[in-house]
Amino acid sequence: MAEIAEGGGGGHGKGKKRAKKSSTRVDMTPMVDLAFLLLTFFVLTSTFSKPKMLPLAYPAKAEDIPDGAKPPKMNNGITFVLSKDKIYYYQGEYFSKENPDKNGSVTELIETDFGPGEKGVRKLLGKLNNYVLVKKQGLDGKLKRKEIVDTTYISQLEKLKVEQDALKALIKTDDKALCKNFIDLVDELKIAEVGVIAPVDITPGELQLLKAKLKK
Amino acid sequence: MPKLKIPKSSPSIDMTPMVDLAFLLVTFFMLAASFRASEPVTVNTPSSISDKFIPENMIMVTIDQNGRVFLNLSGEEARREMLTNMLGKYKMGLQDEQIEKFTFMSTFGCTMQELPSYINTSADARNKFQTKGIQIDSTENNEFHDWLNFASTAALNSAKTAFEEAKLNGKNPIADDYKPKFILRVDSKTVYKRAEEVINVFRDLNINNLNFITSSELAPTN
Repeated sequence: MAEIAEGGGGGHGKGKKRAKKSSTRVDMTPMVDLAFLLLTFFVLTSTFSKPKMLPLAYPAKAEDIPDGAKPPKMNNGITFVLSKDKIYYYQGEYFSKENPDKNGSVTELIETDFGPGEKGVRKLLGKLNNYVLVKKQGLDGKLKRKEIVDTTYISQLEKLKVEQDALKALIKTDDKALCKNFIDLVDELKIAEVGVIAPVDITPGELQLLKAKLKK
Repeated sequence: MPKLKIPKSSPSIDMTPMVDLAFLLVTFFMLAASFRASEPVTVNTPSSISDKFIPENMIMVTIDQNGRVFLNLSGEEARREMLTNMLGKYKMGLQDEQIEKFTFMSTFGCTMQELPSYINTSADARNKFQTKGIQIDSTENNEFHDWLNFASTAALNSAKTAFEEAKLNGKNPIADDYKPKFILRVDSKTVYKRAEEVINVFRDLNINNLNFITSSELAPTN
């Protein structure tokens, strides 16, 4: 922008009278004010973190499963039972008092939490799904060294997650559990690379166990 | 001795660069900002490490803290198709302008009875509209089931149209990219059992692959 120096105009002739030149400088303060006002507005209103989505496949309704088809045997399963801000789990199949397993032991719920601590669900899942996590590290390494392309990586990872030795998880909730608890658990399961996550209805026996736990 | 004169510098600063910068930033934020359509309900979603973006063609069911159910279907044509089918099933009539207004509504939630007055309410006043949301209670007259059923047909139809269009334009489209996604937007404090009622309607319609909207969270480093 052109600036006209003030008071620099010496040496004018005496005879001619010139019209006074008004300064070409414009006061920009209001414009700057406005610009920053708009800037503040857009900075504050714009949302950068777009919401993401967490995919979860539900089991098909019971009617769709043909009669006589046995439920798949849970080989390496863990069942989570959720209540409001509480999380319990047991491993393997469910054995009630009336129907104990071979050794006569009965299913008991074990308490855990969403924290990253020793008792937390993340440590637990990391331990239980070690098989998948270790093999995944191998795959990660291969991908890094460019021994496999990423499409192979994804398909191999998917296959690995549903192998026999991989952990499978069932999620059961009582009628007080919040969506946050549910999503948090699904998130932890995804972090631990659990491939089979099935939210299913709670059985009366499990509900009783849960109620007894909650009373304490 | 002549006095040493320090040239007086003008107290006004040249603000041009600052203005340039300010307007540059304004332009950037204006273009980068994506305004959220005003929603009739506020929902605080839980967070997860997932990094999947929400696709264009989707059916979104919102469940607020009190368990009210809202529906959102992408695409004006699809919304029109869904509404026409719904009106036909419930033997209701709406004025053309009301239908027109409905096609511009993204998220909505009301009973069929309330629908005309819900549409007539202005967008700003809609979040104060007293409603129980879309009804799913009775099995006989499950309005949500019907909405969802028509919504998924409409979404599939619009997906087909988009797919064919892409094919005509000489692209090599993948059908899976066009398929509508079914999305649940639940509040952190919604009781899960209520969400399950909604999910069971999805499962009744043989829709088992669902997605939960979450805000993003950093993945833990080992």
